[in-house]
Amino acid sequence: MSELHTVNKSPYEKNSFDSCIGYAQAGSAVLLFEDGVYAAMSGGATEAKVKAAEGVKFYALGPDMKARGLSVDRVIEGVEIVDYAGFVDLAAEHSKVVSWV
Amino acid sequence: MSEDTKKFMYLNRRAPYGTIYAWESLEVVLIGAAFEQDVSLAFVDDGVYQIVKGQDTGEVDMKNFSPTYSALGDYEVTKLYVEKESLEERGLTLDDLMHLTWEDEDEDWAEKDSIRLVSREELAKVMEGQDVVFSF
Amino acid sequence: MPIEVNGKTLETDEEGYLVNLSDWEPAVAEIMAKEDDLELNSEHWDIITFLREYYEEYQIAPAVRVLTKAVGKKLGKEKGNSKYLYALFPYGPGKQACRFAGLPKPTGCI
Repeated sequence: MSELHTVNKSPYEKNSFDSCIGYAQAGSAVLLFEDGVYAAMSGGATEAKVKAAEGVKFYALGPDMKARGLSVDRVIEGVEIVDYAGFVDLAAEHSKVVSWV
Repeated sequence: MSEDTKKFMYLNRRAPYGTIYAWESLEVVLIGAAFEQDVSLAFVDDGVYQIVKGQDTGEVDMKNFSPTYSALGDYEVTKLYVEKESLEERGLTLDDLMHLTWEDEDEDWAEKDSIRLVSREELAKVMEGQDVVFSF
Repeated sequence: MPIEVNGKTLETDEEGYLVNLSDWEPAVAEIMAKEDDLELNSEHWDIITFLREYYEEYQIAPAVRVLTKAVGKKLGKEKGNSKYLYALFPYGPGKQACRFAGLPKPTGCI
């Protein structure tokens, strides 16, 4: 059954993102929100990790990116931007949600 | 400044909205500025995210306090150290940050840059020269 | 204590500052001034308008010394001193004028 993993902490401050990546299996999804959206930005230390996670689909919450001044055209290739409704849809589509806090 | 002026540094290491640290630091800086000490701010680790330009909290129901950093010059807080390594690790450059300035009253209000891009090594030396370092 | 403005009841905190910044209208300043036995003239309004613009730009109410310096720069040197500002706002240009302007208590006011 596919899982939705969520990360709401900065990848540079806590290891929530790294742990999540370690557990996310192919076919599952990772949603980045709150300070977790910093992991979606290209050019940083997380880019290689996102690209290496084969078969894992990444999403980032648009309103949290906008609040932090992060431009949509700077996200890592393949990361999809969703709004709050998209967040809800993702949670509903997956059999369970695992939060990395 | 009198000879008992102390050197105060505020060390900012947290991103702006996930926790309250950044806003609390800014408030303490503004209140503390009334004491006319030699104040500087350091932005290190996720603290560099505090002064990223283009912040817009309209959709997340939080106060966007990034414009307040532009008032620091009025409060005579004119030294904002940004650590180069922290920016680079996050894929950021100086161009991603707000253009923060202060006006020099002694030079007919000439506008000067507040942000000083420094290496970790340089910032460590600046820190060494402080009387007090407040961490947020 | 709430205040009555143009038939509306506006919430204020224990020190008389508006709770909701968006409740403000010029009549708020007039009514608050009346309670302080002040009649607002154009010089008062210059300061109130200045404060509202400052808040709009920086999201804070300036401390008195910041206000003083900024007023001097914008409205002229003869106005950028605490004597002038205290004459206009006897309860303190920071606190009283910010209250009339519908702003929170100044940040950095001690």
